[in-house]
Amino acid sequence: MLKRLVRWSRIKSPWILHLNSGACNACDIEIVAALTPRFDLERLGVLLKATPRHADVLVCSGPVTRQMKDRLIRIYEQTPDPKFVVAVGACAMSGCVYRGSYNILGGIDQVIPVDVYVPGCPARPDAILDGVVKLLGKL
Amino acid sequence: MKVQIPIGPQHPALKEPIGLRMTVEGEVIHDADLRLGYNHRGVEKVAEGRSYIQNLYLTERICGICSHSHSTTFAQGAEILFEIVPPKRGQFLRYLVSELERVHSHLLWLGVAGHEAGFDSFFMYVWRDREIVMDILEMISGNRVHYAINTIGGVRRDIDEAQRTKILDLLAVLRARTSFYLNLGTTEPSFVGRLAGVGYLSKEDAMSLCAVGPTARASNVPRDVRKDDPYGIYDEVPFEVCTADTCDVLGRTVVRIKEVLQSYDIMEYLLRNLPAGPVAVKAPRRPKPGEIVSRYEAPRGENIHYIKSNGTDKPERLKVRAPTLGNYAATIAMLKKGFIADIPLIFAAIDPCICCAERSVELVDSRSGRPSVVRWSELRRMAGRRAARDSKKRNVEWPL
Repeated sequence: MLKRLVRWSRIKSPWILHLNSGACNACDIEIVAALTPRFDLERLGVLLKATPRHADVLVCSGPVTRQMKDRLIRIYEQTPDPKFVVAVGACAMSGCVYRGSYNILGGIDQVIPVDVYVPGCPARPDAILDGVVKLLGKL
Repeated sequence: MKVQIPIGPQHPALKEPIGLRMTVEGEVIHDADLRLGYNHRGVEKVAEGRSYIQNLYLTERICGICSHSHSTTFAQGAEILFEIVPPKRGQFLRYLVSELERVHSHLLWLGVAGHEAGFDSFFMYVWRDREIVMDILEMISGNRVHYAINTIGGVRRDIDEAQRTKILDLLAVLRARTSFYLNLGTTEPSFVGRLAGVGYLSKEDAMSLCAVGPTARASNVPRDVRKDDPYGIYDEVPFEVCTADTCDVLGRTVVRIKEVLQSYDIMEYLLRNLPAGPVAVKAPRRPKPGEIVSRYEAPRGENIHYIKSNGTDKPERLKVRAPTLGNYAATIAMLKKGFIADIPLIFAAIDPCICCAERSVELVDSRSGRPSVVRWSELRRMAGRRAARDSKKRNVEWPL
């Protein structure tokens, strides 16, 4: 009974933290566009939060620069369990055009575990929506 | 008592994660110090290992908001090295996308400014409006953000007659919406009062600190590459350089709204006078050895690319000076004598970006050395409280 209640509340209100780990901003504006009236991610109960301590889902973009690596780990550790990570964009998956550069690690999953990958350079808002819905379906 | 505040490296108002150290006394900022390099991806080094065509798509991904600016700046420079001139129709389409990008970037910024000033419904309305621009861009190029429409020697896609009339119709809708929002901003005294007098940058400071783009123009420095050093088709298109003399965030808002309206005029001119013919010419495989500096007026200011060719199919050196870099020095001047609560607004006024995500600012008490964390929403509430206390700005006129 309690388990079902916890599961229900998790699905109904996933609060997200948006994290730029060195992305070019394209994915970031598409994440914001997904939250604005045309796509309106908020109707699924998704709320953008300011601090990792309030968040359930980390929406990460970018190929992870060496400077951001420690900060990314720190923010992941600050997020309370259960936590999920959505990697948005081709950079967050594999490094995209920057792959081979001396200063990037090439993907969020090189640093923290990832639950859902959203492809695209940048990922469209509808694709981000689909990724979030797929994550909710997994719970 | 002086207190140091570190901000960042994750900062919602900037396109790059950036670190800031502020020395404050009470609520007033005395000094600011920038720490850069969190978003360093080594693009310039990567560019040396890629061919010119590949580099078009790499430079496009320097920034996601002014992506077309970077690829156009690179293509303009490369075309001179390749000794080719793109056909007229190709140029018209290329700068049509440039102006669309300016509109989408400025609308994005306007929404963000509304959000930081505590006017969230304005933010949502403007972003809904912006989706029309994204639709036009998607219709022309097939993509919402990285348009990938440039190629060396012109553009990759043509538009047909039906698309041309559709774009003109949508521009009329956009113009009506923009004037509605303009009206909304004019009749909302608390919004105007919140923006006026914040982030002051005098004309002398703007000149000596080499501010670029709307930041400089809001301080009454009529600096616009499209007029000063016309590239492409800008010597034949009629338009005005928009300036404001209030030197604050309100002035930057006014300049951007005026520029959006100018961009609609430019786009209508381009679409009504669209010449017939091919959209691209074939480029030779290798450029001549030499070097070139290419300038371009991006939505945020002057964008400079330096390309050095050694005669092979890859550039020997690519140097990029993005407009935001030119505005950093001016940012520090603007923050000085400002209030902690105005930090989000002053930042947002320089560089339009992802302002929705809230972050925290750490306040360190220099006497006890104990840090206290203030969330971004708390900062905005502080700003709101201060604006409510401050009644003398209530009757500020919207200078349009």
